[in-house]
Amino acid sequence: MAELQYLQEQTFKNFSNWITHSEIANGELTLEVDRHYLRDICFMLRDKPKYAFQILVDVCGIDYLQYGRAEWQTESTTGTGFGRGVKADFSEVEVKWAKPRFAVVYHLLSLENNHRLRLRAFVDEEQPSIDSVVDIWPAANWFEREAFDLFGIIFKGHPDLRRLLTDYGFIGHPFRKDFPLIGNIEVRYDAKLKRVVYEPVNSIVPRILEPKVIRHDHRYEGEQKRD
Amino acid sequence: MTDKMPEIRNYVFNFGPQHPAAHGVLRLILEVDGETVVRADPHVGLLHRATEKLAESKPFNHTIGYMDRLDYVSMMCNEHSYVLAIEKLVGIKPPVRAQYIRVMFDEITRILNHLLWLGGHSLDIGAMGMFLYCFREREDLLDCYEAVSGSRMHATYYRPGGVYRDLPATMPKYKPSPWHNEKQVKRWNENREGSLLDFIEDFTQRFPKYVDEYETLLTDNRIWKQRTVGIGVLSPERALALGCTGPVLRGSGVAWDLRKKQPYEVYDQLSFDIPVGKTGDCYDRYLVRMEEFRQSNNIIRQCVDWLRKNPGPVMIDDNKIVPPKRTDMKVSMEALIHHFKLMTEGYCLPEGEAYAAIEHPKGEFGVYLVSDGANKPYRLKVRAAGFPHLAALDELVRGHMIADVVAVIGSMDYVFGEIDR
Repeated sequence: MAELQYLQEQTFKNFSNWITHSEIANGELTLEVDRHYLRDICFMLRDKPKYAFQILVDVCGIDYLQYGRAEWQTESTTGTGFGRGVKADFSEVEVKWAKPRFAVVYHLLSLENNHRLRLRAFVDEEQPSIDSVVDIWPAANWFEREAFDLFGIIFKGHPDLRRLLTDYGFIGHPFRKDFPLIGNIEVRYDAKLKRVVYEPVNSIVPRILEPKVIRHDHRYEGEQKRD
Repeated sequence: MTDKMPEIRNYVFNFGPQHPAAHGVLRLILEVDGETVVRADPHVGLLHRATEKLAESKPFNHTIGYMDRLDYVSMMCNEHSYVLAIEKLVGIKPPVRAQYIRVMFDEITRILNHLLWLGGHSLDIGAMGMFLYCFREREDLLDCYEAVSGSRMHATYYRPGGVYRDLPATMPKYKPSPWHNEKQVKRWNENREGSLLDFIEDFTQRFPKYVDEYETLLTDNRIWKQRTVGIGVLSPERALALGCTGPVLRGSGVAWDLRKKQPYEVYDQLSFDIPVGKTGDCYDRYLVRMEEFRQSNNIIRQCVDWLRKNPGPVMIDDNKIVPPKRTDMKVSMEALIHHFKLMTEGYCLPEGEAYAAIEHPKGEFGVYLVSDGANKPYRLKVRAAGFPHLAALDELVRGHMIADVVAVIGSMDYVFGEIDR
């Protein structure tokens, strides 16, 4: 714990202008960094002996579009239940997320000092793009390709930013929250045409079996800073 | 026209996706100059099931079963990481007995994984018989899975707050049939007369001898060494830069093991060693995994001893997270309500995020969980151990022969369930 606080102080000392927020929760240190200075921070984190983050464990995108929005309001007493098999309707729910929609999250690991660090950089919704860190940690190559594929975040300077997981010729970025879970296109073999055909999804309908609810559990109150 | 040199180009061809040595559904586009590989471009995603997106639409406990299907040869380890992430966010710790059971099954899973790896890898590069021996031992371990969870592969056994149930006092037995007479069946049932722990103990006594047998067949085998020594060399610096973990990193000589360095559950109370390689070639990765067999066997034995002596609960007693007992539901209104809420809605996690990593048989397997306070994950990211390993393939096979690609793929232990997710 003391090590994490030391790490937090050190990072704050070194990059105070580039860090917008820093917190220790659940025994993990998270830094929210300004994406314009991401590469400067990453270089220092890798090369300075007191950090020595040699391993980039993971890079992933997050879409905060529906953050904090429930499918069924349970705060006040209502006369209605939740009808199963309906489409999600978020129209009446207020948004409490004030930060940009997309974020890229980096998990770092230092073998020498045996500590971990999480970096989060927010990117714009209009043109989600951020600098690539492939030349700092080659491991970022596929992680960034994956985040590009699934979220449509452009990694500037990436040598080979192709789709990775989705089908050839896939349209859209499937892990965005506004991309339907059932997808847009389905594939089947057409016996008449004697070939595989792509067509809009019509064999399944979207359903919500268990509504997403947010309950403010008093047991968790004041626990956010738990370490 | 006649004095023009013939145009020589590199040849590009597909390796897979339906190639037996591609370990599932790897489409590898190989560019070769004669027999030498110039570039290898893996095309993955043929097994992409969007597990992470599916998890966003389900209460937390429903996703445990999906975790089994990620790396489908080390099922319980995947569950472990996910369950740990939830426990970290809620702030609960399972009872000690549950922790020992988890560790024991993690190590059983490690042996299961390495057995399949050994069988597949040796089959790929020409040792046919190994596959049969490995599957003989896998059978016993899958029986342990079945005895404890009812399922031989996709166990869904770990739960936030412990494990689903305590270890059974009896092992299922073979029954005589028109094809197998009583005498034969009696012989098969010899080590199944006692409890599951007796059966596992019997296995741990037999297993080191089996590993010796494997090593007799392979370790000094001339053909095996010709196929693996000096092939796919990964230096420690490159291994770190490429994000390699687990046996691949240890094969390159870096003694990094989360079980020792960042111990979770009760690993800090067990004694075991971390084997490391020297050169980082296919042969060293093979040797590291062979030693891990013995170490895992050792850990299982220690767990069996402890579990015999220390009965106790295997699940925390918090009905806000864990469903109440059936018997309680018959008499207690409270228990009935808890059961109803947990089954129809699940439980809500506090707002926040957590990353929980374990030493998976293939490397560091982590689950990054973001919760917005709901009963479903807001975002679930699975950090698959094999993913950066596959990304490193191109670098490893450049300059090698086509046949060596198979040896490298085998030694890196790729499973597409976790890479594609």
